[in-house]
Amino acid sequence: MTLVRTAAAAALLAFAPAAPAGDPIKVGALLAITGPASFLGAPEARTLAMVAEELNARGGVGGRRLELVVKDTGGSPEKAVSLARQLIEEEQVFAIIGPSTSGETLAVKSLAEEEGTLLLSLAAAEVIVNPVTPHVFKVAPQDRFAAEMIFRRMKAAGITRIGFLSSNTGFGKAGKEQVEKLAPGYGIELAVSEVYDKAATDLTAEVTKLRAAGVQAILNWSTEPAQAIVIKNARQMGMTVPIFQSHGFANVQYAAAAGAAADGVIFPASRLVVADSLPASDPQKAVLESYKKAYEARYREEVSTFGGHAWDALMILARAIEQGGADPARARSAIERIQGFVGTAGVFHFSPTDHNGLGLDAFELIAVKRGRFVPLGP
Amino acid sequence: MRVDPRVKAVGLAAAVVAAQLCATGTGKGFYLTPLTLAGYETLAALGLSLLMGYGGQISLGQAGFFAIGGYTSAFLTTLDLTPHRGGALAAALATLHLASPRPDLYGGEVLSVAPWAALVAALLLGAALAAALGVPVLRLRGHALAMATLAFGIIVASVAVGTEALGAADGLHGVPPLALGPLRVGGGPAHRVENYYLAWALVLLAAWLLENLVHSRTGRALRAIHGSEDAARAMGIDAAALKMKTFVLSGILAAAAGALSTHLVGGIGPSQASAMKSVRLVAIVAVGGMGSLWGTLAASAGLTFLSLRGTFGAHDDAVFGGVLVLAMLFAPDGILEVDLRSLLARLAPARAARKEEG
Amino acid sequence: MTLELFLQYLVAGLTYGSVYAVVAIGFNIVYNASGVINFAQGEFVMLGGMTAASLSRVLPLPLAVAGAVAATAAVGALVELAFVRWLTRPSLLRLVVITIGVAILLREAALAVWGEGVRSLPYFSGTEVSAFALGGVRVSPQVLWVLGTTAATVALLGLFFGHTMLGWEMRACAANRDAAALCGIPTRRLLTLSFALAAAIGALAGCVVSPLSYTSYSMGEGLAVKGFTVAILGGLGNSSGAVAAGLVLGVLESLSVSLWPTAYKDVVALTALLGILSLRPSGLFGSREASRLREPA
Repeated sequence: MTLVRTAAAAALLAFAPAAPAGDPIKVGALLAITGPASFLGAPEARTLAMVAEELNARGGVGGRRLELVVKDTGGSPEKAVSLARQLIEEEQVFAIIGPSTSGETLAVKSLAEEEGTLLLSLAAAEVIVNPVTPHVFKVAPQDRFAAEMIFRRMKAAGITRIGFLSSNTGFGKAGKEQVEKLAPGYGIELAVSEVYDKAATDLTAEVTKLRAAGVQAILNWSTEPAQAIVIKNARQMGMTVPIFQSHGFANVQYAAAAGAAADGVIFPASRLVVADSLPASDPQKAVLESYKKAYEARYREEVSTFGGHAWDALMILARAIEQGGADPARARSAIERIQGFVGTAGVFHFSPTDHNGLGLDAFELIAVKRGRFVPLGP
Repeated sequence: MRVDPRVKAVGLAAAVVAAQLCATGTGKGFYLTPLTLAGYETLAALGLSLLMGYGGQISLGQAGFFAIGGYTSAFLTTLDLTPHRGGALAAALATLHLASPRPDLYGGEVLSVAPWAALVAALLLGAALAAALGVPVLRLRGHALAMATLAFGIIVASVAVGTEALGAADGLHGVPPLALGPLRVGGGPAHRVENYYLAWALVLLAAWLLENLVHSRTGRALRAIHGSEDAARAMGIDAAALKMKTFVLSGILAAAAGALSTHLVGGIGPSQASAMKSVRLVAIVAVGGMGSLWGTLAASAGLTFLSLRGTFGAHDDAVFGGVLVLAMLFAPDGILEVDLRSLLARLAPARAARKEEG
Repeated sequence: MTLELFLQYLVAGLTYGSVYAVVAIGFNIVYNASGVINFAQGEFVMLGGMTAASLSRVLPLPLAVAGAVAATAAVGALVELAFVRWLTRPSLLRLVVITIGVAILLREAALAVWGEGVRSLPYFSGTEVSAFALGGVRVSPQVLWVLGTTAATVALLGLFFGHTMLGWEMRACAANRDAAALCGIPTRRLLTLSFALAAAIGALAGCVVSPLSYTSYSMGEGLAVKGFTVAILGGLGNSSGAVAAGLVLGVLESLSVSLWPTAYKDVVALTALLGILSLRPSGLFGSREASRLREPA
């Protein structure tokens, strides 16, 4: 036993630290590449790898090579904290991109602030940047805007009684908070509000409960494949009421998974998923098409908004370094001065009091038509 | 070859100190944090080792007790009693010095239960629930017992993730450090060394106490029950009472580990109650060797440390599964008890046969 | 609650209950042959669904399903040959741990091969929106496939174990391995066969339920827990008990949603389980002697 320990100690000594960070800029990433949130983390990791390569091929950031250090948190907040410590103290990264989920971000947030490390979260919850803390930023659009877009549509359609389903994750919980807060303002009553397990494979019982309550529409808020199952269960049961989803639905494989049942589903998302249908005058079109083409060619799968967040985060960081300088403190204030940055999630306008930079206009209401996403229009 | 437990304890203490000096000395002080967390996990694993190795009771719900300890501590120390300041309960708690005002993350002031009082509550709750669960469950054997403890763990996890007051999916954050006189659990990297020694001192203490228990009359009675419960009872051993005591002790150790971990990390979430975590603890005990406290210690410290460090990257679970399988196939008595000779003999049967002929 | 709503809950519960039952039967087949609780059973269900989903892109559906079942059966046999057989001094704990380890390895292998995305098979008949009325309740045709397949599996297994030579030999192994060996029954081969059979059944269940929900690399863990719960509830080793227990559990879960928040669905089901186990430790339909005899030391 002592032998094992001595051997370990010897190994520690053998791996003495290399020379301190010189030329390359080290950017750390905490992503849920495996585990229950892998549909978020895996496309994010692929996007980061692709973007880092592109940037380096163009001469790096501010003349210096970009070095990505990616850690897989498996969606676990404790691991995220431990790996964040590692990135900050051992790898001495310039900034951290991620984590992928709201739960992990909240766990890492205070650590990042304590250590004064720049954190660009890819998660959705409002509370990440509300109240604002100096070093924590978020590039995913705010949940409340998604909820508002949906409610506006419902109100226009005269819907007053809905059934609300959400998953027991940080994303689902944050969405539930916003939905419960905003619904009354649009004259909408949540007749039923149920939270289901993220690994649920069947929601027939829950949908039956909605049917029993006579709701006029169904709103589902999650990022898991359960989104597709809700749709199938509802249609098979003969429920013809409109189905709304959150921006977690913004990956066309979910529409494919629900097949014919997904026709007519409405959800808010960034314009990335309907890039082809955008008019040439749209300010985001060029950026969206170039990202979409590059990602789909390289990885042979459809783009999702989750991967898009990673693109936004790294490009914003690169822009901040180029404009503010390769010093973490200067890069931080440079982000706060970024205005009009065209990203995949929308056009960003940061400020010292707004660490998200996106508004209601980042979202577009999208409908599913025969397995494809099409913009719904007003 | 039975090594005197005192020698083992001194050896472990020396190793703990050596590891710390190495880490701090080479500027890799950050290794201490995962090592400290590994220490608390080891506390939970030791409890399980006692229950499974000596008591022969399989439990797939140890993470449930870990979570009970952690959530109780977290809940009580983050619950803001300020709105109830005028009330009788708050006044009583304040008078008994069980609750005190402290600053929160955003600069305001909250009134919450003192961490040490929360720790005591966590341990008591862990013990009470273990006792309550033990009554119906300890009468079961084998697979039914495994199922019942698994069910308990899942119930705890479901309650944790389904209850708003416990933070639901996000868990509880902003848990203040625990101060026990001059010692502190938590408080960030500045207190890293302190935390490390405190954790491993507790582990050492627990291992020492358990080792003594195991080699005492109670320990022998436990092993008698493990061998054959009917025979043990025929000898006059109160099997039910002893099994209950072991179960409760194991639960208390896990609750302590959970509470202290929570203060160290500053929070807890529903993933700490998951069935997978219980499975990991069982696996650690199996790999370390049942009936081998020191083996469990080595396995726990090693595996948890490497996992938290992300050494295996995205293949963490695969490595874990592989270790389990290999350990069961080639080191069934635990990694410290690998019998190299018989292992080689199994792998080279032809050679042995030929020797016989010749 | 109207009758129609009650029936809707009932059918939903029966559908998933029968999936749990099939997983539990898989547990029981292996348990009966060897005393091993094979936690990898959930992964066999996953492998069946994933393999069929991949094969269905190049083969017509029935062939894809058949291929998936055969392939997973082979994996089941391999698991026994490579891992279980080599275990010296198997004790309850070691067996539990090694099958958990194997389950983890199978899951990670699936992740490496198929990635984290979800797949499903096309509906065996009908589409995602087709449904027909069954006494006031609207039900997808796939539900009938699930129920039908479960019933057929149980019936065929009953025939196999009750009326074929091979089935009798396997039962002999289960009752007393040494005596069976002395009778000239190839016990080791039959053990491998039992793993293969359990894997095949699991794979079939995975294929038939895939269109209703989805298949992904991580679905095995939850199913293994459910299957284990049902197997214990029904009495370990008792397959008709497993079927009854599975249906009961499925319906209980479904109905509890109508009364309590979904978030506590598992709490209700498992508390009921704990209650039942404290009153009847060998499960609803198990027998005390049988369970005691089979527990490995």
